[in-house]
Amino acid sequence: MADINIQDIIKPENLVYQKTRMMTDKTLSYCPGCGHGTAHRLIMEVIEEMGKEHDTIGVAPVGCSVLAYEFMNIDMQEAAHGRAPAVATGIKRLWPNKVVFTYQGDGDLAAIGTAETIHACNRGENIVIIFINNGIYGMTGGQMAPTTLPGMKTSTSPYGRDTEMMGNPLKITELIAQLPGTYFVTRHAVHTPSAVRKAKRAIRKAFENQLNKKPGLSFVEIVSNCNSGWKMTPVDSNIWMEENMFPYYNLGDIKVDGKLVEK
Amino acid sequence: MGELRLMKGNEALAEAAIRAGVDGYFGYPITPQSEVIEYLMAEKPHERTGMVVLQAESEVASINMLYGAGATGKKAMTSSSSPGISLMQEGISYIAGAEIPVVIANVVRGGPGLGDIQPAQSDYFQTTKGGGHGDYRLIALAPSSVQEMSDFVPLAFELAFKYRNPAMIVSDGAIGQMMEKVELFDQIPRLTDEEIRAKYDWATNGKLEDGRRRIITSLDLDPYKLEKHNWKLQAKYKEIEENEVRFEKIMCDDAEYIIVAYGLSARISQKALQLLRAKGIKAGLLRPITLWPFPKKQIVELVDNGVKGFLSVEMSAGQMVEDVMLAVNGKVKVEHFGRIGGVIHSPEEVVEALEQKIIGG
Repeated sequence: MADINIQDIIKPENLVYQKTRMMTDKTLSYCPGCGHGTAHRLIMEVIEEMGKEHDTIGVAPVGCSVLAYEFMNIDMQEAAHGRAPAVATGIKRLWPNKVVFTYQGDGDLAAIGTAETIHACNRGENIVIIFINNGIYGMTGGQMAPTTLPGMKTSTSPYGRDTEMMGNPLKITELIAQLPGTYFVTRHAVHTPSAVRKAKRAIRKAFENQLNKKPGLSFVEIVSNCNSGWKMTPVDSNIWMEENMFPYYNLGDIKVDGKLVEK
Repeated sequence: MGELRLMKGNEALAEAAIRAGVDGYFGYPITPQSEVIEYLMAEKPHERTGMVVLQAESEVASINMLYGAGATGKKAMTSSSSPGISLMQEGISYIAGAEIPVVIANVVRGGPGLGDIQPAQSDYFQTTKGGGHGDYRLIALAPSSVQEMSDFVPLAFELAFKYRNPAMIVSDGAIGQMMEKVELFDQIPRLTDEEIRAKYDWATNGKLEDGRRRIITSLDLDPYKLEKHNWKLQAKYKEIEENEVRFEKIMCDDAEYIIVAYGLSARISQKALQLLRAKGIKAGLLRPITLWPFPKKQIVELVDNGVKGFLSVEMSAGQMVEDVMLAVNGKVKVEHFGRIGGVIHSPEEVVEALEQKIIGG
């Protein structure tokens, strides 16, 4: 067999897929198996496909994705813990023609930033919120989150979440869907190819709503795994997520075009 | 001559915000400064200049709206009173760390805690020593009249953008509520989006055409890089200390005793000076206009000129007096006088304090 020269293979006509240039070349700080990287990529692909590279300002949270601004190749601001929806409000109100989004985890969005989340939704800010829910505080080492499931073990609920003592997991996505200020509210996952495709369509719809100045905020929750925090292999964590997280946090649209979806 | 009006301090501040070409005001009502947002809402600045006014759900939200807005290169402003300013401290620390130019007005009331709604000057430490975490400084301007409530708005923005640093206007419930004649400055046009993009290359308002992107953050997990960033901040603060000290001296040339007072206390102390001079006591007034940077050199000069003692007059239990002491460095006597908890001292009380604590003491 003749020697294969790699330069003969790397040709434009052979290209079937490439990383969006809207992601930087910086190595992701996420654990192998984590869904954050996929979620980042989907947002950036949508921004690229919409041709809004020069017109988008993203707001990063505090949590595992605190360094999202190092990976997303656009203008970014790093907000204080939970404050991203207020920061995004400040940007969008003064630059109504720019695309503005926040990227937040469950602790950031549904615990310390609950007030900012609810009021940005209630005012109907014309922004996109991407909410990553993995039911745990990953960055600080696996403590209980507002979305931790009943009985789920974390470092601050070592014997399992006792709902009588610690309260119930907060379905903040269902909660904000009730507000007149939200226009599109949906929940997805990024752990399988088909889930990734659906999530991307939802993210695209959310950004299109903003571009088309639809009345209200578009909110995309992504239920994700945290194999390190859950202390499982990536594969096991995805199975656990399907068996435990999805029954509590049902995937699918909750509100479309300003109307609640009948279940 | 600009337009003359009789206005409350809070209203003058609000009108000045429109005229200074502010792009966005984000605030939350609190006594004794609610007239600021009330005036702005009634005035419809969106129709006058395109300025956006938004009532936030809390002071925590309004300071973070400022973070977002200021980080895009727009002129963003908020105002509040002491308990609300306490709530903003987290955001102020982030804004200082990320070097975002914004203007915050504090119409100070009595504390601690909920305190009362009467004028006080007990937020001096919070303003000048850093109410939030980390090594940072705020440029702090202290108006002592309704006129200065207006004049200091464009000045605060000028300094904030010059140094990419948050600036604070520190008044009190009396300056905010009292009515005086004010000469309003002419409308300063708002910058266009294109002008902002051309003028501030650090601002996050969408990647530049050449592909460069901007990041606004106060985070650096590498301690050596964060140390470097901190030294850069400190160098900036040193530059501000060298160039931006503002003060007023009244009857200081032949003075044997100096009252150091700002804001409302400086107004009261001016009357006290007249009473003291009538008694043949050679007293003068040094009024810091910038609380930070503090007029240290001016105090050192007064000591060198033979001043025998300083009385720091402030509506606090003794906060600015520490900076006076640091400047005097033990060379002559320094004392504090002030009513606290929202009580305003009289000129006679100031005279008595100077006589007893400094001259007779």
